[in-house]
Amino acid sequence: MHKIIATKELAPKIKLFQVHAPNIAAKAKPGQFIILILDEKGERIPLTIAGFDDKKGTLSFAFNEVGKTTKQLGCYKEGDNISSIVGPLGNPSEIRKFGHVLCVGGGVMIAPLCLQIRALREAGNKITAVLGARKEDLLIFEQEVKRISNEFYVATDDGSKGFEGLDFLKTLVRTKKFQRVVVMGPVVTMKAVSEITKQYNIPTIVTLTPIMVDGMGMCGVCRVTVANETRFACIDGPEFEGHQVDFEELVNRQRMFLPEERTSSLLWEHLEGACHEKA
Amino acid sequence: MKKLRSKPKIKKESISMPKQKPEVRKKNFKEVALGYTEGQAIAEAERCLQCPKPQCVEGCPVEIDIPAFIRLLLERKFDEAIEKIKEKNSLPAICGRVCPQEEQCQQHCVMGKAGDPINIGRLERFAADYEMKRKAGTHSKQATNGKKIAVIGGGPAGLTAAADLAKLGYKVVIFEALHKLGGVLVYGIPEFRLPKKIVAAEVDYVKKLGVDVKPNALIGRLFTIPELLNNGFDAVFIGTGAGLPRFLRLPGENFGGIYSANEFLIRVNLMKSYAFPSYDTPIRIGNEVAVIGAGNVAMDSARSALRLGAEKVSIVYRRSKEEMPARAEEIENAEEEGIIFRLLTNPTRFLGDEKGWVKQMECLQMQLGEPDESGRRRPIPIKNSEFFIDIDTAIIAVGRTPNPIIQRTTRGLETTKWGTIVVNEISMETGLKGVYAGGDIVTGEATVISAMGAGKRAARAIHEYLHRKIRAC
Repeated sequence: MHKIIATKELAPKIKLFQVHAPNIAAKAKPGQFIILILDEKGERIPLTIAGFDDKKGTLSFAFNEVGKTTKQLGCYKEGDNISSIVGPLGNPSEIRKFGHVLCVGGGVMIAPLCLQIRALREAGNKITAVLGARKEDLLIFEQEVKRISNEFYVATDDGSKGFEGLDFLKTLVRTKKFQRVVVMGPVVTMKAVSEITKQYNIPTIVTLTPIMVDGMGMCGVCRVTVANETRFACIDGPEFEGHQVDFEELVNRQRMFLPEERTSSLLWEHLEGACHEKA
Repeated sequence: MKKLRSKPKIKKESISMPKQKPEVRKKNFKEVALGYTEGQAIAEAERCLQCPKPQCVEGCPVEIDIPAFIRLLLERKFDEAIEKIKEKNSLPAICGRVCPQEEQCQQHCVMGKAGDPINIGRLERFAADYEMKRKAGTHSKQATNGKKIAVIGGGPAGLTAAADLAKLGYKVVIFEALHKLGGVLVYGIPEFRLPKKIVAAEVDYVKKLGVDVKPNALIGRLFTIPELLNNGFDAVFIGTGAGLPRFLRLPGENFGGIYSANEFLIRVNLMKSYAFPSYDTPIRIGNEVAVIGAGNVAMDSARSALRLGAEKVSIVYRRSKEEMPARAEEIENAEEEGIIFRLLTNPTRFLGDEKGWVKQMECLQMQLGEPDESGRRRPIPIKNSEFFIDIDTAIIAVGRTPNPIIQRTTRGLETTKWGTIVVNEISMETGLKGVYAGGDIVTGEATVISAMGAGKRAARAIHEYLHRKIRAC
C-alpha cells in the first residue's frame, strides 16, 4: 500500500500525485518509470517518474485522465492508498555534459521532462526548452521549466499561446547548434521532432510509452522496432534514438486495445458515477 | 479346505480420474481434472506393491518417500500421508497437478512394466486436497537460528528454497517482482489446469512456516544483491526463472493481434482478463487463432483461447505429432476440446490489414529429415509449398528465455551466452560468495518440479555454507 501524500491539478484532467514510496524514491533516476495497480481488479499501468524525494520518501508522477484507471486514480484524494507500485523500472536517462541540449516536451510528459532538464542542467548543459500543448490551458509546468532553462519557447496546436505547431523548430534547429535533443511527449511530437533533427544528424532521444503489462520484460507487448530490430521498451528502453524508431508501428500498437479501453472507461463512468464514492 | 493364496490379484489398470466433459469444459475456466474421490484414492493406493527398494523415489526430483505416503493413504491416515509428503515437498497440491509424473516417479514404477504404473501424481493431489478441504494448517513458526536469507523470485524454485530454509530455522524473505506470489504458477499455468486458490493456499503454507514475502520488489532495480548482503542477509538465492518470451523473428510479427504466449497468459491468468470488464485488463480474441509451438505453454494458450470464445483454434507446429514437447495428457485434453493440429507447418511471415492488424499467416509445408542435435527429426521445408492461413489472432509459444534484470544489474555474476546464470553444479553457488541460484534461471526453461528440486538443493547448500561459516567464527 502506498499512501497519497499530495495531489495537484496541473491543468484540466492532468494531475500530479505525490505518494509515499521510500524504497523506490531512494533508487529512482530521471527517465525511469513505475507501474501501479489501484486495487484487486486493477490493471497495471506504467507512468514515468516526475520527481522523487529521498529524504521524505516520496515519489511523484503526472497523469492524464484518459482511460478507466487514470480516471479512477483522478478521484483519489490525499490520504487514499494505491494498492501496488513497482519500480523503478527501465533504464535511467543518460545524464552527462553534452553541451547545448534542446528539450522538447508535450502534454503530460512535460512533468518527467522537467526532472530530466534539471539533471541535464546540473551536469553543466545549456538548455533550450520547448513546451507544447494542444491549447493554452493544457500547458503544464511552464514556470518550473522556464526557471531552469537558458532559453524557453512555447507552442500550441491551435496557436492560443506561443508558436502555432512545431514548424518553428526547423529554424531553431538550423540556426542553433544543438549537441543533443531530448523529446518527451505524444508520438506525433516525437516523430515530428525526429524528422527535423534527422537532416542535421543531431542525436535525438525519445521516450516511448507503448502498452505495457508487467513492465519487466516478460510479456513483450511493449515491443517496438528500433533500427529494424524488435526491442522491448520496458527493459531495453524506454529511451531510444528517435531517428531509428518505427513510429507508425508504435501508433498502431498503442491503439490495439482501444475498443476495450473505451468500454472499460464508459462502464466505469456510468456504473461508478465518476468519483461519487470518493467524493 | 481353502487353498492358501499368497496375495489377491492386483489390478493392472490404474483408476481413472473424473474430468469435466470436453463440450462443457471448453466453455469455462474451471478445473478440468476433478481429482480422486476417497474410494478411488484407496483403490489406487491398493495397487502399490510397497517395493522394499522403491524405484519411484529415484525418479522424484524432490525425493518424496512415495511408498510411505501411499501406505498411509491405504491405512486412511490422510493427515499423516500429507505430512509425509510435506517433509520433502512444500507444494504438493501444485505438483500433484502439473508435474510430468509419467517421465519421473511413474516412469520408474515396477507396476508399469506389465500394466499401468501407480498414479502417484493423482494420489499426491488427493492427499493435498484432502488437507486443504479440512483447512488443516501448520502452525506459525518462528525463525530460530538468527540467520537471514533473501530469496529472489516467488516461483516454484524460490518458494521451495524458502520453505526448506524456514524449516531449518532461518529467517527468510522472498522478494517477488510481480504483485502476486507464485511465478509461473500464477502468470503462466491457466486456472483450468491449476486453480489459483490452490496456489494461494500453498503460498499461505509457506508464509505460515515464517517466511516473509515482499511483492512488487524488483531486485536489481529496487535493491541490488550486494545491498541485500550488506543489509543483514547472510545468503541470497536467485530463482528468477525464464520469463522472457521468445519470438519467431518473422516479418510482420509486430502486427496487432499477435501475442507472445507470455503476454496472452499473463493477461488471462495473472490479470484475469477473462473476466474483463469486471477486471480492468483487456484481452482481444478473434475467431481464428493460430498458436505457434507445441509445448505445454502452447496447449495452455490454445485451450485458453477456446475458452475465451474463439471459433477455430489451431496448434501450428513444424514437426510431427511424435515430436511435440507437451505432456501426452495435455495434447489429449486439447484434442478432446477440438483444437486443430496443423503439423509439419512452419510460419514464414505474417500479413496485416491497413490498420496494422494481422489477417494472414504464410506457411511452408515441412517434411522430416535426419535427427538433429536434439535427437528429434529435423524439419525440412518442401519447396514451393507456400500457403496462407487466414487468422485474426496469433500466439507465439516457442519458448522463454531467462529474465535478464539481475544479470544486467549485478557486477561479477557470470552468465552463459543464453543468459542463464553460471553456478557450481554441486554447491549451486554462483561466482559471488553467498549467492546461490537455481531453477530455470540456471537451466533455461524446464519444469516446475525441476525448479523445485533446484530450490531444495540450494536450501541444503546454503545451510551447509552458513553452517561452515558459523563454525569458522
